[in-house]
Amino acid sequence: MTTTAEPLADVTASGATLRRFLHGLPGVDQVGAEARAAGLATRSIKTSAKAFALDLAVRMVDLTTLEGQDTPGKVRALSAKGRQPDPTDPSCPPVAAICVYGDLVPVAVEALRGSGVHTAAVATAFPSGRAPLDVKLADVRASVDAGADEIDMVIDRGAFLAGRYLDVHDEIVATRAACGDAHLKVILETGELATYDNVRRASWLAMLAGADFIKTSTGKVSPAATLPVTLVMLEAVRDFRAATGRQVGVKAAGGIRNAKDAVRYLVVVNETCGDDWLSPDWFRFGASSLLNDLLMQRQKLATGRYAGPDYFTVD
Amino acid sequence: MGAFDYAPAPESRSIVDIAPSYGLFIAGEMVDPVDGAPFKTVNPATEEVLSEVAAAGPADVDRAVAAARSAYDTSWAAMPGRDRAKFLYRLARLVQERSRELAVLESIDNGKPIRESRDVDLPLVAAHLFHYAGWADKLGHAGLGPDPRPLGVAAQVIPWNFPLLMLAWKIAPALATGNTVVLKPAETTPLTALAFADICRQADLPPGVVNIVTGAGDTGRALVEHAGVDKVAFTGSTEVGRQIARSVAGTRKRVTLELGGKAANIVFDDAPLDQAVEGIVNGIFFNQGHVCCAGSRLLVQESVADDLLERLKRRLATLRLGDPLDKNTDIGAINSPEQLARIRELSAVGEQEGAERWSPACDLPDRGFWFPPTVFTGVTQAHRIAREEIFGPVLSVLTFRTPAEALEKANNTPYGLSAGVWTEKGSRILWMAQRLRAGVVWANTFNRFDPASPFGGYKESGYGREGGRHGLEAYLHA
Amino acid sequence: MPEADGDRLAVRKTYKLYLAGAFPRSESGRTYEVAAADGRFLANAALASRKDARDAVVAARKAVAGWSGATAYNRGQVLYRVAEMLEGRRAQFVAEVADGEGLSPAEAGDAVDAAIDRWVWYAGWSDKLAQVLGSSNPVAGPYFDFSVPEPTGVVAVVAPASSLLGLVSVVAPVIVSGNAAVVVASERAPLPAITLAEVLATSDLPGGVVNLLTGRAAEIAPWLASHMDVNALDLTGVDDPELAADLERAAADNLKRVVRPPAAAPDWTADPGLDRLRAFLEIKTVWHPVGV
Repeated sequence: MTTTAEPLADVTASGATLRRFLHGLPGVDQVGAEARAAGLATRSIKTSAKAFALDLAVRMVDLTTLEGQDTPGKVRALSAKGRQPDPTDPSCPPVAAICVYGDLVPVAVEALRGSGVHTAAVATAFPSGRAPLDVKLADVRASVDAGADEIDMVIDRGAFLAGRYLDVHDEIVATRAACGDAHLKVILETGELATYDNVRRASWLAMLAGADFIKTSTGKVSPAATLPVTLVMLEAVRDFRAATGRQVGVKAAGGIRNAKDAVRYLVVVNETCGDDWLSPDWFRFGASSLLNDLLMQRQKLATGRYAGPDYFTVD
Repeated sequence: MGAFDYAPAPESRSIVDIAPSYGLFIAGEMVDPVDGAPFKTVNPATEEVLSEVAAAGPADVDRAVAAARSAYDTSWAAMPGRDRAKFLYRLARLVQERSRELAVLESIDNGKPIRESRDVDLPLVAAHLFHYAGWADKLGHAGLGPDPRPLGVAAQVIPWNFPLLMLAWKIAPALATGNTVVLKPAETTPLTALAFADICRQADLPPGVVNIVTGAGDTGRALVEHAGVDKVAFTGSTEVGRQIARSVAGTRKRVTLELGGKAANIVFDDAPLDQAVEGIVNGIFFNQGHVCCAGSRLLVQESVADDLLERLKRRLATLRLGDPLDKNTDIGAINSPEQLARIRELSAVGEQEGAERWSPACDLPDRGFWFPPTVFTGVTQAHRIAREEIFGPVLSVLTFRTPAEALEKANNTPYGLSAGVWTEKGSRILWMAQRLRAGVVWANTFNRFDPASPFGGYKESGYGREGGRHGLEAYLHA
Repeated sequence: MPEADGDRLAVRKTYKLYLAGAFPRSESGRTYEVAAADGRFLANAALASRKDARDAVVAARKAVAGWSGATAYNRGQVLYRVAEMLEGRRAQFVAEVADGEGLSPAEAGDAVDAAIDRWVWYAGWSDKLAQVLGSSNPVAGPYFDFSVPEPTGVVAVVAPASSLLGLVSVVAPVIVSGNAAVVVASERAPLPAITLAEVLATSDLPGGVVNLLTGRAAEIAPWLASHMDVNALDLTGVDDPELAADLERAAADNLKRVVRPPAAAPDWTADPGLDRLRAFLEIKTVWHPVGV
């Protein structure tokens, strides 16, 4: 598989050419981008549209646990929840993936066997990314060997903010190679990048280096995913495909707590990128508590009554 | 329609109570006209008749002016600013309280999407009343002398494109400065003005301070030409503005005019492109392009024109045209068959002149007055569609090579209301702003309004400013 | 506090401090007796300590970013809401002002009405200051040059004896432009200040924008005057000229902007003008070249 799309191959020839390319991308006006996102958030999604969106959102969830206190028991419970989010409703689809720390990958793989739900592992010294490269790559290989379908890596934000774009690029390329058949999501940690211009540049950088998905955040830093940041990333993947022919996915992670938010993200995907991105193959939510709110809203739509937390499993 | 098909999301009409007929609001009461024939107001999205509205004849106009004069002499002019302020604060709060009802009524009578009347028009109406309430007792600090005095009775004639907002822009500064008012709303959009009459009643506004006389061109003429009027404020077409300027010549009447425009929206090669696209869309398709300051001429730097147009066309495909009361509608109905005919006529001219016409795929409803968002490329200054105000969702695209050329083309018009500049370079924004002959320059944004921000035109776009400290001048003897 | 009519026993109000949007007692646990002008016991008010003052400054500093970052329109709306709430509580204020200052009901009524109207006047200034006090400056070069007024930050205020009208006249001009305030209420008549705080707390005013301390100005004010995180000091309510001079000297350590006590007892009903608004504003001037 190609790491750099052919039409832009010479852009990554050197640090200088990469810098010129990234800094030559159109700027993002903060106020305008936020106004566009806020305008899209006023869309009123009801009845059949809401049902479509809620089901799609469930199917796009990467159900996540990334805590120091995670145990095999916790991961098994979460996996069972991901396979069958609502035991009272067989029409409820499973989630896209379970997302865990690398050492718990074997537990998730076993628990998800035969379900079609993927195992995603965070890697490369998540969440900070501060470790020697060989350690970070060993982290990736261990998860891949244990059966992870997807790897969520973090970029070196220190290198990015210091302008060492080629270093960031080369690390992603090496990580992609270590992934083998697993697909690679590249976490930009947009909260640390601070400006939309940086988010646009980091998005293009990650895609030029071979990312299958670009992801907003680790969820460990605030702000995590926001509607305008995700808008900018969706514009980037749209423009990248127009320039190179290669489609890249987007994952919004962290801070998406309720169904209303999730539906707003889907509206942004819909009106920025269109149908081609409206599937779990090309858009994901990294979340934990979101799932139950999606289930509650599904239930309200089906029964006409407001639901309560007692009727949904905690894991 | 794609995979994610938005279901209908209608705003309920039940919040609104439209009477089968309305009289005139004179001296604090709804009264029958003495010499005018009633006319119908219609929902432009469905052609349904909404109500029968009185047309004020000359005798009615006379009564209204007399009521305004009486209120001026007996209560309003001598009232301390502090009390005028309190009345205006009441009006602002009542508008806020009834804002959903007013927004729905506006969309039904005007055709504009509920999202716009709810999120743009109504909040600005309340804000305008609020802002000028605060000036009523501070006139000595406005830079117009220690004790500026009001003019007397103001005749105010407003258009149909932002009915309640234009009413607020006129009434708020007039009342704050101590004048009384006779206001004529446009004949196709009288209903929110009549609802405002009810708000004046709820506020216990002294009778005669605000009078609303509905009617068409004849009513407006009678009002503007009435000898008992001290001040004329008009927003509408340049053609009528000229007539008014002629008619007040030689009289004591002060006049301000806010007229048409053919604004240039200028995009440089270093513009933040995605936001520029939003600014272009907002500039010409907000309110169906029925905006005097609409960015109806896109001037795009040649080096980035193809890219920009591709993005623009892709973006236009996501615009939703239809029922104004559907919360997801972006483009509502054209306000009247007359306006629709004019838009169609000029669009046909554009094609004849050799410009290339494009619209996104659009289902137009069977009933009502509709026009799809339309873009003409290959337009030059010599084309009529680059010079004449179409006042509809029609964008003319021209190109330029250098800042000086952009400036020259932007200024090459008898109009001068507004302009847009898109570039990431601050010094260029300021250089353009300094040289653009336009009363409002928007940089990296468009169609932004605020009661604190003065608005008005150069050249044939009119004279006088509305909003902010500058907006007080028109209603005072300094 | 007046008892209810007839045989019904009144439920008396407890008066505490207003700090960071909440109503805590003094951390020192102290109170002092507040008497009516005729000597009647009215209530115990909190006797604020230096630590309360310290906490108030922390709360004010925390509130400044959000309050000064709000739109002027929003601040005006909030202040107008305060006026609506004041109007609703008119009778309570009239009773407290009459008791505290020994005024007749009619005099107290006039003072309360004037206070409400004064507040409304200030509410309307929030979105007009920039146009009246700011400017675009015609410098002799290709630059766009503009000056805008900005709030100075945290202002400590010693409120005057006029327990509502004077209080409102010193607090409103501080906060309308985006500053946060730590206010020491009139020692002898502090009760209307706490009732005002209850009004503020129910008017969408963010916690910490106004903090009200009751107690001895002579004890608290020096801690505020010397506090290195207070930007300005309003000494209007300091009657003792020597104390006022000491406080002004202490304020010099971090060059606080200081408003001195008035030379004579002020007429609070007079037009305030712009002085109190301008005293707590900084003027920022910005240059930007103009060129292609």
